[in-house]
Amino acid sequence: MKTTKLFTAALIATVLFTSCSSDDDTPEIVNEEEVITTLTVTLTATGTGDIITLQTQDLDGDGPDDPVVTVSGNLAAGETYNGSIVLLNETVSPAEDITEEVEDESDEHQFFYTASSSLDVTTAYANYDEDGNPLGTEFTLTAGEASSGSLTFTLIHEPVKPNTGLTDAGGETDAEATFSVTVE
Amino acid sequence: MRIYVLFLLLFCSMNAVSQQCDLTLSGTVKDLHDGSVLVGATLIIAGTDQAVQTNLDGAFEFKNLCKGTYDIQVSHPFCLTQGFTVKLDANTSKIFKLEHHLEELNEVLVEGHTNKNKSKTLVEAKVSNLELERNTSGTLGDALNSLSGVSSLNSGNAIVKPIVNGLHSSRVVIINNGVRMEDQEWGSEHAPNMDVNAIGNLSLIKGAGALQYSGDAVGGVIVADAPKVPVKDSLYGKTILSGASNGRGGAVTSQLTKSYKNGWFGTLQGTWKRFGDFEAPDYVLSNTGTAERNASINIGLNKFNYGIEGYYSYFKNEIGILSASHIGGASDLVSAINSDVPLIIDDFTYDISEPKQDITHHLARIKGFKKFEHLGTLTLQYDFQKNNRLEYDIRTGSDKGKPSVDLELTTHTLHLDLESHLINGIKFKSGIKASYQDNFADPNTGVRRLIPDYDKYDLGAYAVLDYSINSKWLVEAGGRFDYTYIDAYKYYKTSFWESRNYDELYPEIVVEEFDNQILTHPELYFYNPSVTIGATYTFGKDYELFFNYALASRAPNPSELFSEGLHHSASRIEYGDLSFNSEIGHKIMLTLQRNNDVFSFSVSPFVNTIKDFIVIEPTSIETTVRGSFQVWEYRQTNAQLLGVDLDASYAFTDKFRYNYQFSFVKGYDRSQDEPLISMPPVNMKNEIVYLNPEVHNLRLALQSEYVFRQNEYPDNNFEVYIPETESTEVVDISTPPDAYHLLNFNSSIDFNINTKSKLTLGFAVTNLLNTSYRDYLNSMRYYADDLGRNFILNLKLNY
Repeated sequence: MKTTKLFTAALIATVLFTSCSSDDDTPEIVNEEEVITTLTVTLTATGTGDIITLQTQDLDGDGPDDPVVTVSGNLAAGETYNGSIVLLNETVSPAEDITEEVEDESDEHQFFYTASSSLDVTTAYANYDEDGNPLGTEFTLTAGEASSGSLTFTLIHEPVKPNTGLTDAGGETDAEATFSVTVE
Repeated sequence: MRIYVLFLLLFCSMNAVSQQCDLTLSGTVKDLHDGSVLVGATLIIAGTDQAVQTNLDGAFEFKNLCKGTYDIQVSHPFCLTQGFTVKLDANTSKIFKLEHHLEELNEVLVEGHTNKNKSKTLVEAKVSNLELERNTSGTLGDALNSLSGVSSLNSGNAIVKPIVNGLHSSRVVIINNGVRMEDQEWGSEHAPNMDVNAIGNLSLIKGAGALQYSGDAVGGVIVADAPKVPVKDSLYGKTILSGASNGRGGAVTSQLTKSYKNGWFGTLQGTWKRFGDFEAPDYVLSNTGTAERNASINIGLNKFNYGIEGYYSYFKNEIGILSASHIGGASDLVSAINSDVPLIIDDFTYDISEPKQDITHHLARIKGFKKFEHLGTLTLQYDFQKNNRLEYDIRTGSDKGKPSVDLELTTHTLHLDLESHLINGIKFKSGIKASYQDNFADPNTGVRRLIPDYDKYDLGAYAVLDYSINSKWLVEAGGRFDYTYIDAYKYYKTSFWESRNYDELYPEIVVEEFDNQILTHPELYFYNPSVTIGATYTFGKDYELFFNYALASRAPNPSELFSEGLHHSASRIEYGDLSFNSEIGHKIMLTLQRNNDVFSFSVSPFVNTIKDFIVIEPTSIETTVRGSFQVWEYRQTNAQLLGVDLDASYAFTDKFRYNYQFSFVKGYDRSQDEPLISMPPVNMKNEIVYLNPEVHNLRLALQSEYVFRQNEYPDNNFEVYIPETESTEVVDISTPPDAYHLLNFNSSIDFNINTKSKLTLGFAVTNLLNTSYRDYLNSMRYYADDLGRNFILNLKLNY
């Protein structure tokens, strides 16, 4: 009977095209390039040469694990520090230095430093983009009186430049790290 | 020799008997396409003056005919006159079928006459051709929005998804020319990839009962068909030019059909659409422009009892995503939500930059049918779809201009359907379907795949029986069974894999472990039964009562199973769950309908109880070096949706008509005893239409649309610490916006250019009062107001 033939034909066709097109190639792994897993701030005391590092490291990127935040020591009252910030992507090996990209596109980026009101520190920009606006991967930090509080580093992508601070910079957060800091 | 004589004698005597001429030829005249009876058809026996007409049942009878061969000419006002040859040996009953679609040439005037219902016991809502043409520069979702019970889920103004009775995305199946759209439409920001201008008939079945198409349409089925082509020598077409002030753009669409008496036909259609940034009442919505290019071709042969058709369509759409919605972290989200105006407002431009979507969809179909005398109509269809979805995020460095999402979905489907008319008003439909789908996520994006590579195999079989007990009662029952097998390869982040306890639950699917990722090979099987039972009761002069119960079961889709990671365009982390099983919905619908020229109405209450309903909602925030992100997780729960749709229309005079629409839906999460997220708020439309056929079909319509505030919503707010202000702030992503009221104006007028061409001029204004408002179901509501006033000019030429 014709219908049976058609049914059979349909089934055969189905089996044929399904079995032919399946391929068992395992997909290629994607190691994300733009992820920032690690932000390290190195503060070198201009006087003593002491080095203090503030680091936040989130090895699973946007995975469920929270970042691990470490502060190597306390700041000395009255001391001035040269600060530099390094951004890494440690999901790839060797780790990728994102700071270079930020510096290459200096006009599209700016770091902001926010100290909580209880913390007596002041900051100043030490590097600038081509237009003379602050970039801030390098900066100076002056510790005042003994105090403690939080210090936040925020990297903004495509901020309004020039600006008077985070509030009118707009743009989008690329990285944000808050550290508990003590001046003694 | 004697024998010969004997035979001769016998033959003669038989002839003599037949010469008594008392034979009867009776039968019915029917529509070739849907088998409906044709009343008032005239049948003439060639060469005689014998003529009869069919009665109200389409039946005719010729009496006192002699044995022999007759040529019978059958004619009907709306049909092509046809000749049939009948050999009469005894009393005979015949069914003559006529091509009954000539009036579709002027379909605008006789809307919907020739459409047959897809399901007998579910009310079908149809979008008229006029409504479709008014939406020529809009989207499919906009066109469907004119129906009660349909709202839209928007991501901005160009990504519009229909919500049917509170359900959307993969729960609303879209059938485009008999092909189920497979366009990665599982997420809320994946709009149906269809050109509204390529559609001839658009109908919505608010229930899962259309088993012929699928068993998993928990929300409903949208069926779009190309316009039907008459079997006659003809050449016709239409061109619509549309311009709009908001977005400062427009659309051009053109369609040309050539048909022949011998059944061959061909249709060519194309659309070009371009808009710049749209505007809210007070500001430009930066980067919301769209560019769309579509084309389709349909070639076929339509004969009385066989036919073949080939269809191909190409759809390309580039859609900008509101710049201000591109958020880096939770503190950005707080400032974006707390700000009354978008944080990024640039000058108007036609440029579409990142973030944006770029979608290409190819659809091809070959379909053939053959009618077998005692079996019915057998249809075989093969279709192919290829969808390429690119999502661009703002990226820096060497990845600038590279998409963040690059998915290619290829689907092959084979259908075999049989439609039979059994005895005594019983119709039987059955069929099988097999499909193979392949998703390829390009690793060159440099972004971990949100949706992994997978192969999906589907097998389905259905049978539907409908029985007209008498002129008042019709019952329908059907069943379907679908089998789905998903074969995926997915990389999980080790931290996620362990946090979900997958390392203990699914150790067998691990293929290989890398530094911080695990390659897995999940193979999933789903068995989905679906059932529909319904009845229609016709009573009084104009009343009909529909009852339908449908059980629908839907296998979880790959995004619900596998999503894991940052969804860049939504700026949120999304997590699926490997352990999901199928969603099972029980929907009971009742509709009371009155069809009357003066006063008509329909009331449709429904209850939909869904076991293992999959919902995505914000659950927490996750901190990364980039800042904090919202985490949206899929979870299964028991849901219940109930509501009612109301439609009414009253003609004050023959020129003034009042239309009313009301939709009410409530959704509850029965497991957690709270309201469901993203349920459409109650809404109401009132419209006054003036239509004067004597003054060039002048039509003026004023519409008021009132959308209430959604008062029932789950509280998913979370707190986040903002260093600049040294404060902890609540991120209010739950509270719905206020109620709003919009006024819309619509008008059109027809001019006959000559006997064959007609020009229709349309002018419309949406959001007449330039009201600032935000819609609960628009994901851009956190960042910006909805569209402001829009003047639209439409010019349609029928030729």
